[in-house]
Amino acid sequence: MSVLDGNHDAALHSHGDTHGHGSRRGYLIGFALSVVLTAIPFWLVMSGVLADVQTTVLLVIALAFVQIVVHTVFFLHVNTRAEGGWTLMALIFTTVLVVIVISGSLWIMYHLNSNMMPMAPGTMPATP
Amino acid sequence: MSTHALSADETNPTFYLVEEDDHDHAAGGGGTMLGFWIYLMSDALIFATLFATYGVLSTSYAGGPAPRQIFELPLVAINTAMLLLSSITYGMAMIEMEANRVRATQLWLAITGLFGLAFVGIELHEFAGLIAEGATPQRSAFLSGFFTLVGTHGLHVTVGLVWIVVMLVQVAQRGLIVENKRRLMCLGMFWHLLDVVWIGVFTFVYLLGVLR
Repeated sequence: MSVLDGNHDAALHSHGDTHGHGSRRGYLIGFALSVVLTAIPFWLVMSGVLADVQTTVLLVIALAFVQIVVHTVFFLHVNTRAEGGWTLMALIFTTVLVVIVISGSLWIMYHLNSNMMPMAPGTMPATP
Repeated sequence: MSTHALSADETNPTFYLVEEDDHDHAAGGGGTMLGFWIYLMSDALIFATLFATYGVLSTSYAGGPAPRQIFELPLVAINTAMLLLSSITYGMAMIEMEANRVRATQLWLAITGLFGLAFVGIELHEFAGLIAEGATPQRSAFLSGFFTLVGTHGLHVTVGLVWIVVMLVQVAQRGLIVENKRRLMCLGMFWHLLDVVWIGVFTFVYLLGVLR
């Protein structure tokens, strides 16, 4: 048993880096980036500096996606090497599902809403 | 014959080979880290469905309050800061754990727990305020979606807090043994994923809600 533990312990130390623990520097870089990427959208919305709401919306969404990538790389340590690349594969697969679920739901329900609006009798357009 | 079969030389190389095969799974976790990651991905799918539901219902006010009238961005900003700070303090705990410093690991874990507690406390304060104003989950589809999405996230953070307390006890009793390191790594992934989900919440629910 102790021999087995010894093996595990040796494995832990020799492979600590490839397993995807960050260094202090990595965490601090990630934190600094996150603070900036959080502060900018809050500032944009709370101060209303940009007159155009559409631009603000797009900027806020873009910053959120950048921050998600920053967290994934610096805090969750997803890379091509961890677990032989399987964490990255699982993440990509999940991302595809998330995009399908969210965009599909919004798309379908938007059309459902606009095509099934309650109408007054007689305003129904003539259909063939 | 029997001594040959049972000798250490026969058994140890097997362990070595197994270990070499999965050498990417550190801390003797075998497939634990990957398995836990798959669980986290399924959790991400739960949040994806809740985000989709919220997205569909977010403009169905039923004559009730709109986001602009009920969301307090300064409070959300403080909450976001709490969760972000808890992420970096958890990172510090991981670094101390790898250096096998028990005291420092416990200290950073406890600080992480306090930030997490502050987050849950502020969120409950916000919910209580909304409900007092009459913006209950029953008021409109928008509010149902809001409370379900944000509440599920808050519930996850609460579970994370319980887990942190459990790990504080475990580390105090057994120290930084291989099993505890593995558990702390899983907890770390869980905690950081909740921060990622929160990015989606403060962006799509609060910031874009106020802009609408």
